[in-house]
Amino acid sequence: MTPPVAAPAEASTRLDARVPDGPIAAKWDRHQFEMKLVNPANRRKFTIIVVGTGLAGGAAAATLGELGYNVLNFCIQDSPRRAHSIAAQGGINAAKNYQNDGDSIQRLFYDTVKGGDYRAREANVFRLAQLSVRIIDQCVAQGVPFAREYGGLLDNRSFGGAQVSRTFYARGQTGQQLLLGAYQSLMRQVQAGTVRMFPRREMLDVVIVGGRARGIIVRNLVTGQLERYEGHAVVLATGGYGNAYFLSTNAVNSNATAIWRAYKRGAFFANPCFTQIHPTCIPVSGEHQSKLTLMSESLRNDGRVWVPAQARDTRPPNQIPEAERDYFLERRYPAFGNLVPRDVASRAAKRVCDEGQGVGGTGLSVYLDFGDAIKRLGRDTIKERYGNLFQMYQKITDEDPYRVPMRIYPAIHYTMGGLWVDYNLMSTIPGLFVLGEANFSDHGANRLGASALMQGLADGYFVAPSTLAGYIGSTSLPAVATDSAEFDETERAVRTRIERLLAVGGRRTPRSIHRELGKVLWDHVGMARNEAGLRRALARIPELREEFWQNVSVPGRAADLNQALEYAGRVADYLEFAELLARDALERRESCGGHFREEYQTPESEALRDDERFAHVAAWEHTGGQGSPVRHVEPLIFEYAHPSQRSYK
Amino acid sequence: MKLNLLVWRQAGPNSPGRMVPYTANDVSPDMSFLEMLDVVNEGLITRGEDPIAFDSDCREGICGMCSLVINGVPHGHELATTVCQLHMRHFSDGDTVTIEPWRARAFPHTKDLIVDRSAMDRVIAAGGYVSINVGGAPEANSIPVPRDVAEAAMDSAACIACGACVAACKNASAALFVGAKIAHLALLPQGGPERTRRVAAMVTQMDAEGFGNCSNEGECEAVCPKEISMANIARLRREYARAMWRGGK
Repeated sequence: MTPPVAAPAEASTRLDARVPDGPIAAKWDRHQFEMKLVNPANRRKFTIIVVGTGLAGGAAAATLGELGYNVLNFCIQDSPRRAHSIAAQGGINAAKNYQNDGDSIQRLFYDTVKGGDYRAREANVFRLAQLSVRIIDQCVAQGVPFAREYGGLLDNRSFGGAQVSRTFYARGQTGQQLLLGAYQSLMRQVQAGTVRMFPRREMLDVVIVGGRARGIIVRNLVTGQLERYEGHAVVLATGGYGNAYFLSTNAVNSNATAIWRAYKRGAFFANPCFTQIHPTCIPVSGEHQSKLTLMSESLRNDGRVWVPAQARDTRPPNQIPEAERDYFLERRYPAFGNLVPRDVASRAAKRVCDEGQGVGGTGLSVYLDFGDAIKRLGRDTIKERYGNLFQMYQKITDEDPYRVPMRIYPAIHYTMGGLWVDYNLMSTIPGLFVLGEANFSDHGANRLGASALMQGLADGYFVAPSTLAGYIGSTSLPAVATDSAEFDETERAVRTRIERLLAVGGRRTPRSIHRELGKVLWDHVGMARNEAGLRRALARIPELREEFWQNVSVPGRAADLNQALEYAGRVADYLEFAELLARDALERRESCGGHFREEYQTPESEALRDDERFAHVAAWEHTGGQGSPVRHVEPLIFEYAHPSQRSYK
Repeated sequence: MKLNLLVWRQAGPNSPGRMVPYTANDVSPDMSFLEMLDVVNEGLITRGEDPIAFDSDCREGICGMCSLVINGVPHGHELATTVCQLHMRHFSDGDTVTIEPWRARAFPHTKDLIVDRSAMDRVIAAGGYVSINVGGAPEANSIPVPRDVAEAAMDSAACIACGACVAACKNASAALFVGAKIAHLALLPQGGPERTRRVAAMVTQMDAEGFGNCSNEGECEAVCPKEISMANIARLRREYARAMWRGGK
C-alpha cells in the first residue's frame, strides 16, 4: 500500500530542467550560442554510443557522424532500416503554413501544449515547433517522396483534430519514408567510416564510471555473447514501453529494457502513467493475437464512427437504418465530430461498448463507416487517400471496407512518459541522453497525431547533436577502459540475471505470463483507471513477478541465438516496470490527457485536471533493492500557453 | 484446423540442416501465419524444447523483417503479402505446409529460418542516398517536383528490403531491390547530382556481395509484397548504361 502524497508537491532539488532564460522564442538560439562547441578536428576523438536506429536514434547517429564524431550505433533488428518508426502511417507536422490557413510556430506550439493537456514543458515544445520547419527541408533534400500538388509543391492535410493543414505525408507510409531518409544518411556515414553499425544487439545495461554514463553492455543476439562498448556519452533512442500491455500497436521486438535498465542505474522515470490509446485499431480476434494493427487516424477525416443506437443490436450494419444509428462522436462533440483527439475518441468508444452498443463477435468494437464519403467523393478518391489502409484491413479481417463499415477498437499505441530529461535531453545520469519516444519530453499527457515523427527527428537531427557538443565541450571526460572494474561489475550483473532466467526451469512460457500481465494493465491501468483497480493491479503485479521467477520456462543456452531468452528478459523487466506504471497512475489523482481517473471527471464525463496539485512532472527515482521508488516533482509553469479546460464540443 | 508443418531446422551456418515435422493444432482462420508459429513455439517451450527461430518485428507488413519461404514461395502464395499478413484462412484443415528460410549466396544462414541480409545494407551504403548534411537543406518548396514524378518515386521507394525478390530468383539476383532504390532517387531532382556515381557504385557492390545476374524471369515482381514493378529493373539498366557511357562518375 502506498500512502497518498502530500499536495501541492514541492519542487525537487534533484530535477534541474536547465531551461535557458529569455523570451520563449529566443531560448534555443540563445542556448545554442551559449553552449560550448567541439572543434571539428577534435570531434573524431569523441566516441558517442547511440542505441536505436529509429527516427530519433538513426537521425542522431547520422548527424553526429556528419559532424565528425566517432559513432557506435546499435539496433536489435538485422538492419537499422527496420526500427519501428517505419510503421508510422499518417504524417509529420510542421509549421510551414504552406496552406495559408493561419498556421505558425506559435500555433503549433500552442496546439501541442493544449493537446498534451498542459503537462509538457513549454520551452521544449516551443523549440520543437521552431525546428519542425527545418525537418521538412532536410527530408525533402534527402529525397523523401512526400505527397505533392499538381503544381509540384508539397501537399498537406489536416490531421488528428488540428484546425490547420500542417501535416506532410507520403501516402500511408510517412514513417517508412522518413526512416529510410534517415537510414540512407546513416548508411552514408557507415560508408564514410564515421559510424560503426552493430545490428542484432540488445542493450542490457548502462555502465556508469565516475558518476557519468560511459558505456553499455549489449548481448550479441546471434552469438549470445555479452559485449562491452565505451564512449564519452550514451544516447538512448529505444522507443516506448507500450508492449508492457502485451497487446499494443508496437512491433513485437519493441521493449522497455534499455530505459528500465537505465532507470535502475539512476535515470529518473517521468510520468509513466501517460500512455496513449489509439482509437482506430483493428479489434482483437482471439487469444493467439500477438499484436494489434493500427490504421492511421487520417481515416477519421472521411470515416464516420457509429454504433447501433439500441444496445445488443446484432443486425448487420447495412440493415440498420440511419435513424437507428448513434454517431456518438458527432453527437457529443459537434464542433470536432469524428476528429476529436485520440484520448477523447477512445474513451467515447469504450463507453458505448461498456453500455452494450459495441459490435462484432466480442462486442468490443465500433463502426468506422466510409459509405457517405464514397457517395460524396467517389470510390476512386477514397482509394487514392486510403487504398493501402483498406487493403491492410481487408487482409487481416477478410472484410471489404468499401462495402462493409470497418470495425475498430482502441489499443495502446504510444507512451508519452519515459526517462526524464532536461532541456538538453540529458537524463539525471550525466552523459546519458534520451531521445524520441524513450524520453518523457514534449507531448505532456497526450500526443497529437503526426507529432511523434516530428519529435523524433527534431531530437535526432537538431537538438541532440547541439547539446551533446555542449556536454562534451564543457566536461572533463578522462579515458575509460572496457576492462575497468565498472565494466566488470555491470557485465557480471547482466550475466547473473541471464543465468537466473535459464535456471528457473518451470512450466510456463514467458508469453503466457506476459499475456496475463497485459490483461491486468489493460483492465486497471488502461483507458480508464480508478483507485481500487490500481490497488488491485499493485497487488497482482508482484504475484505475477513471483510466478515468473518460480515457474518460467526458458529453453536453450545463453551462448546461442535464443529468442525465448531475449523475450524472457524483456518480460522480466515489464513485470518490474508495470508496478511503477500503476503506482504513478495511482499517485496522479487527477485526469489529464491519456490518464483518465474515473474519480476525477466533469459532469459530462470529461477529464478533470487538477492544476493546483498536479501541474507538474512526476519523476521516479529508483532506490535500490526492494525499497519504494521516490516521486520527485518538476513544477510546470505556463507563461505563454495558459491552461484552459480542453473542450472539443 | 490442424496443419502438418515441415520446418527447416539448422542450428547454425556450419551445422547440417533438415526438415523437421511438427503438428499445429487448433489453428484459427483469423491467425496470421506467424501467430500460428508462435503457438507451435509455445508448445515447444512448455516442453523445454528449442523453439523455431524466425525473424519478425512490426507484424503489419512494413518493416521487412519476416522472411519465410512457404510451400516454395517467398512470403507464401498470397499476392502482395508479407508472411506476417498471411492469414490462416488461406489454408485448409489437414494441409501439409513446408517452411524454409531465404536461400541465396548473398544471405548467409544464421539459425533455423533466419538469414543474414546485411548485404542489402552494404549495397545502400555504397551509394543509395543523397549526400546532404543536416543544416544545409534548401527551403522544401524551392524545387517543385511534378506530382506524377513524386508518385512514381514513391512507388519505387515503397520497397521494404525483405529480400523476397532475391529468394525467389533462380539467380538470387537483387536487381529489383537495387533497381527500386536507383529509380526512386533518379526520378527526383534531389537525386540528380549523384545519379551517375550512385548506380555505378551500387551495381559494383551488388556484384561483390554475390548476388546473381538478372535474366528477366520476373519471379521477383511476382513475390514482391509491395508490388514493386520490374520496370525498376529496366530503369536500373538504363541508368547503368548511361553511367557507363559517362565513364561511371
